[in-house]
Amino acid sequence: MSELQDKCVQPARGPLLPAMESPEKEVPKEVKMTVRVGQPAIDFEASAFVPGVGFQNVKLSDYKGKWIVLCFYPGDFTFV
Amino acid sequence: MAAVAALYNEFQALGVEFLAISTDSRFVHKIWQEVELSKMVEGGVPFPMLSDPGGKIGAVYGVYDEAAGVDVRGRFIIDPDFVVRAVEVLVPEVGRNPRELRRQIQAFQHVRATGEVTPSGWEPGKPALKPGPDLVGRVWEVWKP
Repeated sequence: MSELQDKCVQPARGPLLPAMESPEKEVPKEVKMTVRVGQPAIDFEASAFVPGVGFQNVKLSDYKGKWIVLCFYPGDFTFV
Repeated sequence: MAAVAALYNEFQALGVEFLAISTDSRFVHKIWQEVELSKMVEGGVPFPMLSDPGGKIGAVYGVYDEAAGVDVRGRFIIDPDFVVRAVEVLVPEVGRNPRELRRQIQAFQHVRATGEVTPSGWEPGKPALKPGPDLVGRVWEVWKP
């Protein structure tokens, strides 16, 4: 997790696919990587609000070695 | 979100790290925490709230709804070896059950610790099964629904 200045726009790298680590090997568009049970999780970096800390970029792999529950949800202020 | 936060102590006791993620910005997450979540559960949600603008991360996880521009409810349990153990995806209208999530984590932890397998509806303290040649055709002797 890298410390950030509180800027208006914070780039984060998003999905960190193995093929994207080496830019010379472009991934063909039709190859769509998705997560499957029993397979390694796909790492990513996202900007985040961390309660008690502030704004930080967070990588999924920062939590490697622990049990992780990753919860997607449709949006803040939705009703459920 | 708040339902998980309400059971957070129990999840912490199981050594679970929570990450919530939506297409909202980190600024919106902060304000939601301040004006609403902190009123649903004391202190608000205690775990990081991640931002997935454009749904690039959701797309890789198979939960991005391009028409609506949001990530639908997708919940992934990842073990300490960084392997995905469970996936549950719901349409937005139905919320999740954190107690079932807790039960599944307990089951995955039991399997990892013992090499046993957990039958349908298993709860901690109930018998699990030791897979092997002796058990073939004899599950009925040790487990009934």
